[in-house]
Amino acid sequence: MSSGWSWFIIILTLANIAGCWWLLRRYSGQRPGEPGADETMGHVWDGDLREYNQPLPLWWMMLFYLTIFFGIAYIILYPALGNYKGVLGWTQTGQYENELQQARNRYSAIYDRLAELSFDELAADEQAMGIGHRLFVINCSVCHGSDARGAPTFPNLTDADWLYGGEPDAILTSILKGRAGMMPPMGATMDDQTIDNVVQYVLSLSGKDHDSAAAAAGKPMFATCSACHGLDGRGNQSLGAPNLTDDVWLYGSDAARIREGIVNGRANRMPAHEDLLGPERSRIMAAYIYQLSHERAP
Amino acid sequence: MNHQKLEKNIALMGVTIALVISVAGLVEILPLMFQAETTKPLEGVEPYAPLQLAGRDVYVSEGCYVCHSQQIRPFRSETERYGHYSVAGEFVYDRPFQFGSKRTGPDLARVGGRYTDEWHRLHLINPRDLVPESNMPGYPWLAKEMLDGENVELRMRRLRALGTPYTDEQIAAAISVVDGKTEMDALIAYLQGLGLAFPRGRY
Repeated sequence: MSSGWSWFIIILTLANIAGCWWLLRRYSGQRPGEPGADETMGHVWDGDLREYNQPLPLWWMMLFYLTIFFGIAYIILYPALGNYKGVLGWTQTGQYENELQQARNRYSAIYDRLAELSFDELAADEQAMGIGHRLFVINCSVCHGSDARGAPTFPNLTDADWLYGGEPDAILTSILKGRAGMMPPMGATMDDQTIDNVVQYVLSLSGKDHDSAAAAAGKPMFATCSACHGLDGRGNQSLGAPNLTDDVWLYGSDAARIREGIVNGRANRMPAHEDLLGPERSRIMAAYIYQLSHERAP
Repeated sequence: MNHQKLEKNIALMGVTIALVISVAGLVEILPLMFQAETTKPLEGVEPYAPLQLAGRDVYVSEGCYVCHSQQIRPFRSETERYGHYSVAGEFVYDRPFQFGSKRTGPDLARVGGRYTDEWHRLHLINPRDLVPESNMPGYPWLAKEMLDGENVELRMRRLRALGTPYTDEQIAAAISVVDGKTEMDALIAYLQGLGLAFPRGRY
């Protein structure tokens, strides 16, 4: 703050307090020329109602003076006057940093202990899983659901089906770096009839109701798809290409939704959480998510 | 001055009351309008792009600020969840700012990049599709309402008159950028840009 504005604040504030003081002094006592205590003001209502001129009660006056003293003490102790820092040296950021430091002192021992544990040990550790659950609710549940069973287009984390791998290291990578899932749009490469055939073939992979003649006709075209989904349609975790032979369908398993995916492609993204969670918590998160779909180690 | 004179002259009384009341504003508000800390943008804070600006108006017109705040206070309990506390330099292009005063839903000051565009789309249409416990209303009509490019252009001109440094090219391009976009697109663009200028780390 420029010193001009600083002085503007200082002068106005102090003048205001001094003004209050003056006002109290001047008007609280009896002044010459005014009716004294126990005398009436000279007004008469309804013939006999008169107004006494009583000074304010002492305790009431004291409250006023107290606020003035409080204000002065506050101004001296805290940074309340322009650029003046206050005797206590208090700052808002200082208080915040102090709060952070207290938390670090309190929790560092816990995190130090957990940092030594393997994923399996973490998954069996009650304290770690308590932390994991709370972090999950705050950071992950918004997409993956508070029960971790996912939502349309957001994967279920409690089943055995994994787009990028269900081992703790793979889960940790997903958390830290995020994932970008990308199915290219294929609509322009095939005519409508061919797309319908491929849809029928995809349905046949997971044993759903399908037109077997159309599926047979679509099978040769699946060669293009197999680059990512594999020849047998079981997917590829290094690419995040889903397994098409199981009953897990992120975007729905009816023919219309499958067709939509083939024609327009799909793009999905898991945001990176490295900056948000940090390495220690990310490890605990990975262990927590790992144990959701695996038996806890004894 | 005799207080009887003051009490019997309503005009004089009014003027003195106004003087007394204005002291707090003069001390607490007026100096902020001339401080670099509050008037200079934080590094990386840019004026809203046309689509974001339109989205911001959707945010205001749908009353999002009634349930969502956009200011993270410097408490650990807030920064743990939402990210670094808000600083004045982030809000210089917000006219008016959307601090809000109540959190029925979470704070949105740093929601940019937290979720995908698709998440926002699904969530705005029906929040319970993604978060079954949510009590946020759905806004499905946003996906159908088309934006008015000329209106956005006009708003940019008005903001420039107030000091937002839009260039002629940016204003000229506004209509073509906004053309064919829905209010949903705009709102998502706005939300995805919130709070990005500040480092995201919070652990």
